[in-house]
Amino acid sequence: MAAGIKAYLPRLAVILAIAAFPLIPGVPEFWVTLGGYIGLSSLVAVGLVLLTGVGGMTSFGQAAFVGFGAYTTAVLTTKFGFSPWATLPFALLSTGLMALLIGVVTAKLSGHYLPLGTIAWGISFFYLFGNIEALGRYDGISGLPPFSIAGHALIDARVIFYPIWIAVLIAVVLSENLLDSRMGRALRALRGGSIAAESFGVDTARAKLAVFVYAALLAGVSGWLYAHVQRSVSPSPFGIGPGIEYLLMAVLGGSGYVVGGVLGAGIVTVLKDQLQNILPKLIGTGGNFESIVFGILMVATLQLAREGLWPFILRLLPKTADKIIDAAAVPLEHRTPPERGQPLLVVDRARKTFGGLVAVNDVSFTINGGEIVGVIGPNGAGKSTLFNLLTGVLEASAGEIRYRGERLDGLPARGIAQRGIARTFQHVKLVASMTVLENVAIGAHLRTRPGVIASMLRLDRREEARMIAEAARQLQRVGLGEHMHKPAGSLALGQQRIAEIARALCLDPALLLLDEPAAGLRFAEKQQLADLLSRLRAEGMTILLVEHDMDFVMRLTDHIVVLVFGTKIAEGTPDAIATNPQVLEAYLGGVE
Amino acid sequence: MNSTIALFLAQDGIINGAIYALVGVTLVLVFAVTRVIFVPQGEFIAWAALTVAALEAGTVPGTAWLLMVLGVSAAVLDCLRAGRDLTLREVGTMAIRDIAMPALLLGAVIWLAPLKPGLAFNMVLTLGLLVPMGPLIYRMAFQPLADASVLTLLIASIGVHFALVGLGLVFFGAEGVRTEPLLGGSFAAGPLMVKWQSIAVLVATLLVMLGLYGLFDRTMLGKALRATAINRLGARLVGIPVASTGRIAFALAAIIGAVSGILIGPVTTIYYDSGFLIGLKGFVAAIIAGLTSYPLTALAALFVGLLESYSAFFASAFKEVIVFSIIIPVLLWRSLASGPHHDDDEEV
Repeated sequence: MAAGIKAYLPRLAVILAIAAFPLIPGVPEFWVTLGGYIGLSSLVAVGLVLLTGVGGMTSFGQAAFVGFGAYTTAVLTTKFGFSPWATLPFALLSTGLMALLIGVVTAKLSGHYLPLGTIAWGISFFYLFGNIEALGRYDGISGLPPFSIAGHALIDARVIFYPIWIAVLIAVVLSENLLDSRMGRALRALRGGSIAAESFGVDTARAKLAVFVYAALLAGVSGWLYAHVQRSVSPSPFGIGPGIEYLLMAVLGGSGYVVGGVLGAGIVTVLKDQLQNILPKLIGTGGNFESIVFGILMVATLQLAREGLWPFILRLLPKTADKIIDAAAVPLEHRTPPERGQPLLVVDRARKTFGGLVAVNDVSFTINGGEIVGVIGPNGAGKSTLFNLLTGVLEASAGEIRYRGERLDGLPARGIAQRGIARTFQHVKLVASMTVLENVAIGAHLRTRPGVIASMLRLDRREEARMIAEAARQLQRVGLGEHMHKPAGSLALGQQRIAEIARALCLDPALLLLDEPAAGLRFAEKQQLADLLSRLRAEGMTILLVEHDMDFVMRLTDHIVVLVFGTKIAEGTPDAIATNPQVLEAYLGGVE
Repeated sequence: MNSTIALFLAQDGIINGAIYALVGVTLVLVFAVTRVIFVPQGEFIAWAALTVAALEAGTVPGTAWLLMVLGVSAAVLDCLRAGRDLTLREVGTMAIRDIAMPALLLGAVIWLAPLKPGLAFNMVLTLGLLVPMGPLIYRMAFQPLADASVLTLLIASIGVHFALVGLGLVFFGAEGVRTEPLLGGSFAAGPLMVKWQSIAVLVATLLVMLGLYGLFDRTMLGKALRATAINRLGARLVGIPVASTGRIAFALAAIIGAVSGILIGPVTTIYYDSGFLIGLKGFVAAIIAGLTSYPLTALAALFVGLLESYSAFFASAFKEVIVFSIIIPVLLWRSLASGPHHDDDEEV
């Protein structure tokens, strides 16, 4: 436990240092004001960290959401006499709704459409703010009331500093809580592409939408605070230029780390102030010359330190404590296993064509409960296509795939996972920067419920403990127990494949689909894998594996299906297959 | 609105649309070959117009100095990156290509500009100054990121835009310019006065499009570019130098940008930062066409130009709002039309 406290010490010291900053005698008012602006930008940058570094999306238009928050409270306080505190819900509502609308439109599209969209509406909103009479056109709205507590107006920079930084602290804590939870792991899995996450039941479009709205809400809060600190609003701080600066903060600080957003906001805000003093003198005329430095800084960060500056600081800090595994946590519920020897998955004349090419040609076979079935075939036999049909990555052109009597064809990957079918990937899809334990816990995504808000507020701890305990149990089961706290990227390929099997087991599957599990493994690793799979079979698991390695399949499976050019040419026990003349001809070439 | 005004607006819209088409097509080209969504394309356009304007006024354009700065920076950066691996031959190439050539051009411009050598010469000089900038920018900003994700490249691209706009302000100042028309005067076509300049823009746009078609369809270079666009690894395996296809794509971008700038200079007033909005409108067109098809992009660009021209008439204050908001319904439509997608390669 002592290690846990020690890990928090630097953090506590930083919080105290920030809190003490305005109180230090002799610190000029100007620096305290700048400190307040760093806090305001931090809120936006933290949201961008979640969006960019964690969720693999980005936005150049966050400044527009800041504007939504600011204009909402500006209108309500100056035109309708609201108190500044009372407008927060409205500011959140207006930014949230706008983000939801924009998010729904782009969340389903591939990577670059969202950021492109953000550039466009970042510009649109700027011109919109500047052309609406009720918002004061380009002059904006002035004369906003300051925040006040018990009749005391919070005008002094040394006072307003505190509400701002309390908001930052809350945002950081909520965001870190979110990342260390069921939904957080689902979000972090998005970075490796959505297919792995979908295969374990994560609704990736919804997860993306949630993080987009959350990032916008943080920007909205920043705008709400800004309006009453500045006590006037006008369109220029909400345009595309400031939007790009916010992104620079996230990228520079470290887009994978919540605190990196705060670091980036600090550096960029101070740098901007200094550059605005120095550059015009150097160049001889006024203008936004800092954009030259910012632009170069952005590109240089991406080239030299793509993870930003925070990792360099992280190295100096004590290591964060390993995740605690609560052995006493109530185990997650199990589904009823299928009966041994009864048909579990029936593939009935499945067919897949790509244009004129028939990749899978009316293939039929049956997998019975408790057996290991191998699908083999030479290169281009259609094994991978067949596997993609079973896992919902591709849709069959014709035929049926039935699982426990229910049609599987046409279901998305997520639906297949919900029915208790888990898979692994030919090219390992683990999130390299997450620990093995966290990666494996994604497998249990569908077996617990906590959502984004519960996770942020730490209401998910009981379920979280059950999930983590399950992940640890599956890692022990496959023999990776000692590696569970290491980053997944540090494992050898063979161990990564085994970790994928542990993740699949976390789904509590009735059927395990393995895509070339032995590919690229060394002899000893293959041996271990074969032992593991036989043990799982003995425990009642049903397994289908698509494999290249004849030897591996022959030793392990109960039943083999042989594909050649998309067509099933034989099926039967390993012994029967080994002597089947058609199979021999396909593999070794016929005897004339 | 009577039919004369409608026709007048249409003429305006088509001219702007033609320029947006050039931008849009360039964006598609650069994206296909390098996966860079090249936001700063607009900067080439603004800089070309500003260069022509400076030459017409008999002064030395900022681009001449800027090219020198870019050349020296690229050479220094490459030396730093390559370190001791640099061969003498490479150093020589850089000294000539990145330092001597820009210096020579700068000298030529300083000598020629006050003589006001005339339209044709101004155009040649402008192309000469701008075209090398494309590959220089690629080398400095994007080549080291060649294997990064589309998202990372897009962020870098925005960074480059930010830096270039600032440099534009340094080298050109904040004043706006309008250049002499390539073809003066106009002729009557029914109730409408058609400017010869409009005809010049259309013809030039068509020529550029035809040129691109010829390049991609008929030449080995075009085929290499297309191969890189379809499969980078595959292209590398069959011996296509992927880094140089990137440079060529950026050189093409700079050529088309310079031509667009020369064309648009007489049509609208251009400031150092005008390129961004022009570029983004080309973008809207490219997005409508899904960042893939050249002819669809050109069509969409015409639509954007007309939309802009008519909304300028009906709701001039909201012109930009309307033009940029159009991509929301477009994205919605794309979103509804797309099935479950799997972007496997998205890793920041």
